[in-house]
Amino acid sequence: MCLGIPGQIVAITDPARQMAMADVSGVRREVSLAPVADRPLEALVGEWVLIHVGFAMAVIDAQEAADTLEALRGLGEAQETLDAMAEGAKALEEQ
Amino acid sequence: MRYVEEFRDPKAAKALLSAIGRVADQIGAKKARPVHIMEVCGGHTHAIFRYGLDKLVHEGIEFIHGPGCPVCVLPMSRVDDCVTIAEREGVIFTTFGDAMRVPGTRKSLLQAKADGADIRMVYSPLDALELARRNPEREVVFFGLGFETTTPSTALSIQQAAREVLTNFSVFCNHITVPEPIRALLDDPHMVLDGFVGPGHVSMVIGVHAYDFIARDYGKPIVVAGFEPIDLLQSVLMVLEQIRDGRAEVENQYARVVPEHGNPVSLAAIADVYERRPRFAWRGLGEIDASGLRIREKYLAFDAEEKFGIGYAASPDDEPEGCACSAVMTGRIKPTACPQFGLGCKPETPLGALMVSSEGACAAYWTYGGARVLPRVTPEVAAQ
Repeated sequence: MCLGIPGQIVAITDPARQMAMADVSGVRREVSLAPVADRPLEALVGEWVLIHVGFAMAVIDAQEAADTLEALRGLGEAQETLDAMAEGAKALEEQ
Repeated sequence: MRYVEEFRDPKAAKALLSAIGRVADQIGAKKARPVHIMEVCGGHTHAIFRYGLDKLVHEGIEFIHGPGCPVCVLPMSRVDDCVTIAEREGVIFTTFGDAMRVPGTRKSLLQAKADGADIRMVYSPLDALELARRNPEREVVFFGLGFETTTPSTALSIQQAAREVLTNFSVFCNHITVPEPIRALLDDPHMVLDGFVGPGHVSMVIGVHAYDFIARDYGKPIVVAGFEPIDLLQSVLMVLEQIRDGRAEVENQYARVVPEHGNPVSLAAIADVYERRPRFAWRGLGEIDASGLRIREKYLAFDAEEKFGIGYAASPDDEPEGCACSAVMTGRIKPTACPQFGLGCKPETPLGALMVSSEGACAAYWTYGGARVLPRVTPEVAAQ
């Protein structure tokens, strides 16, 4: 749970709440940019970030993102995180 | 070298392994008299076993598995508190999936859910916030769990809830910190530790200077490390070189992600929302001074302890019968020496917390080789 996962920022979705859509291994997930918002939010679109439980914690380069994803796949953690994201989406829909 | 070909860069791995072997020989590390290096983080423990690093490195290096797995060190009484909150009328209890199977004294959250409590696995505290917005008539509680890597996420979520004046959202705070248990282990006369591999993503938040005391006050090397196998090997080499050169420093192997002073927004949010508890209980380690966080008075409206009248009470040593988690946690025995390992305690039916998470030492042993090793110590010996 402490490893985080790389994702690429696709669009800003809610500037007031510093929220953005990220592409994480082909899965779309809304994340908070608050921890890396030391620059204009728009400047983060297209950047790779390390996402930890829904928060972008660090801006990383594309090579680092690719290497980290590969390491996470090796540990089975990439799939575990994607499954957790799917669980989170499901939890919102339950009645 | 059986696993090395799996590495992204096998050549670099082989070079690092030879360098580790050379330095280990230079400092006289031997199987009978090994250098003890603690990897603090459960993510590192997982990676070490997944890639067989413990078998690949020089035989004079022994990895001691640290307390850095949040669900593994959670006292059973706090799981009981979660179940109590979750069973209240009108509550939606949200948690990371990792915590679902951790045994409490009565039941786990998974069992409570099966018994009818509305418990939902979420990916992020942001999901819990969204549930609170969508269900204004329900009380949504998030189980705040984890080290400094996770703490900013609940701090920022509480700040957001305050801005939106959400009155039906609260956090059951069980956040803990990394430096304090390291100090406690260093103060333990039974622990023999020669150096540390530090958790990279914790330092991504708090920076590297939080570990200065390890070098300054205890004269031990620590290298903050990334999570790829190559990162770990390089960090082990850096620790060994410090020992060889008679240095004790805080070094940053993972500078490509870890800023020296951490993440300012996260640190500000943590300081705004949380304060230290005088002490907090760790499963297997007992109570450790100033090692846990609680929500500050200004955010009391978002504190589930306050909302549901649940205080923090030191829990007695309440391990289940035959469980040797505390002996494993403090490095006194290896997981395979626990009488329940692989018998009463397996990942699908864990008895002790170290078997629950993939970051736990017992689960790592079980998944990547434990099944090959049968328990070889009698219960009497393990209980010592």
